[in-house]
Amino acid sequence: MTSLDVSADAARRPFSGRRGRLGDLLLQGAAGIAALGALVLVGLIAWKVIQGARLSISTFGLSFVWNTTWDQVHNVFGAGAFLYGTAVTSFGALILATPIALGIAIFLTELAPRWVRGPVTALVETLAAIPSVVIGLWGILVLGPALRDHVNPVLHSVLGFIPLFGPPGTYGSNVFTAIVVLTIMILPIIASISRELFLSVPAELKEGALGLGTTRWEMIRGVVFPYSRGGVAAAVILGFGRAIGEAIAVAQVIGAFTGISINLFHPGNTAGGQIALNAQGASSGLETSSLIYLALILLVFSIVVNLLAQFIVRRSARRLWTAT
Amino acid sequence: MSAADLNLLQRPNDRLRRRRLVNLGMEVLAWLAAAIAVAILGIVVWSVAKKGAGALNLDLFTKSQANASLFGGPVRQGLANAFVGTLIVVGLATLMALPFGILIAIYVNEFAPRAIKSLVGLTLDVLAGVPAIVIGIFVFSLIVVAHGQSAYAGGFALAVIMLPFVARATIEVLALVPNSLREAALGVGAPRWRVTLGVVLPQTIGGVLTGATLAVARVAGETAPLLYTCSLVAQGTHWNPSQPLQTIPVAIFELSESASTDDQALAWAGALVLILFILFASLGARWLATRSRRKMLGAVR
Repeated sequence: MTSLDVSADAARRPFSGRRGRLGDLLLQGAAGIAALGALVLVGLIAWKVIQGARLSISTFGLSFVWNTTWDQVHNVFGAGAFLYGTAVTSFGALILATPIALGIAIFLTELAPRWVRGPVTALVETLAAIPSVVIGLWGILVLGPALRDHVNPVLHSVLGFIPLFGPPGTYGSNVFTAIVVLTIMILPIIASISRELFLSVPAELKEGALGLGTTRWEMIRGVVFPYSRGGVAAAVILGFGRAIGEAIAVAQVIGAFTGISINLFHPGNTAGGQIALNAQGASSGLETSSLIYLALILLVFSIVVNLLAQFIVRRSARRLWTAT
Repeated sequence: MSAADLNLLQRPNDRLRRRRLVNLGMEVLAWLAAAIAVAILGIVVWSVAKKGAGALNLDLFTKSQANASLFGGPVRQGLANAFVGTLIVVGLATLMALPFGILIAIYVNEFAPRAIKSLVGLTLDVLAGVPAIVIGIFVFSLIVVAHGQSAYAGGFALAVIMLPFVARATIEVLALVPNSLREAALGVGAPRWRVTLGVVLPQTIGGVLTGATLAVARVAGETAPLLYTCSLVAQGTHWNPSQPLQTIPVAIFELSESASTDDQALAWAGALVLILFILFASLGARWLATRSRRKMLGAVR
């Protein structure tokens, strides 16, 4: 073999070593920078929101969180009323949505005839895909008036001894409408995650329980629920996070009242709703900064909620891993 | 048989009957829950279709919104300005989020060590969990305070929302590509970058497109990120992305607060078009997903 042959062979090789190494470096570098960019982006979000809120933080400090006045005339701002609204609407939605979502998940995994499962699963996912602004539009023009005329009076007459269900107001836009709208929005989230969890319960366990003579409900309560407990908790927490952060649909249907009203049938507002409704209405730099302070509180909530859900999922996954 | 014996025989039956009753009750409740979800979807879609269909005409797509307080008379015009704006803003968002998301997925799936992989995954989850309104405030603080509102700012805000979706979807399909394919390509002497871009990535095109379509469908209906970044719009239809442009969701949001029935009709029509777009995009994505999965399985076999 001559040296000429070797070089010809080298020329025929499709990839030269140096070009390959350079390409590897470029791709790995670009991809690595992109991944780093995602980390930087999250940091940048936190930094920029804190920076925007700094004026309000230095003016009101931590008392912003429980101060309930939002007064453009005297330039005094507090988040208390909105955080109360956020808590009431989110918990209310969670209380309504969780049992319904678990019912849907049980229906889709244990009860429904096979030909029903696919279409209903798709429909539940479609519900999740409807934009919040459309749900809000429907909420303000259709749902709100319907609840006001037909549901709220009934709830008041039955549960009126609880201060939450006071005399119904004349407005369709109120806290209760917001709770129902949020319920609709978090329902598909909890339902579809729970469905996947229930599907992952091993058939042997379920068949074993049924073989011992349990009814289907006893099997679900004794096998399916305990097996997927951690995941369902995480799903509920994620739904809660979604409800806390929803701004648009709530802003449309809650009636935009600054202040705390215990009666659910009166208007109120949430942190997200207050931010959304004042996009063009901030009267001063301090008010803008206070709106960003509200966003900062929402950001902290959402990160805590997500990390908590992740932690629960990982812990329960590990427990299952060691158990099997 | 004495009465006592009968009693003994009866009691377990009673208990069984009660257990069956509880079971039946719970099953009925589960059926009811599913019926509620389907009914809600049906009512929402039906309301939008019924009220939107009336305002669905050619004017909707060819005329822009008119300002009621300026002109007085008949104000119901169209949403052409909002359609154009949504097209541009969502297009910009896709241009920003798609390459970025795919690169992240490539890094996570092809290069990253385990620890970094889960760190990036956690970051994407946190990013996906940040409320849309907070993203809007972030972009307001980052761009709008210094440079004012624009379609670029709005597009960037939507891109931040799209990013975790695109990256997650791409990571999932990249993980489906069998390692034998990578090994075969590396084995014939191809460098890593050629294997990734020329062999692995083309296998995932269908899945990536599915993820991108779903992400577009998702952000096309987002209002919250645009309120602080791209909502102070001028009258008429504009194409310049350095100006804030009207979008469908922001238009619906503003029109829904109006007391005028003409405005509400316009909001319903916009909502109908938006929902139809999202439904078709989801169906298209589903079709793409099944097609590409079949193709991928075929290629492996």
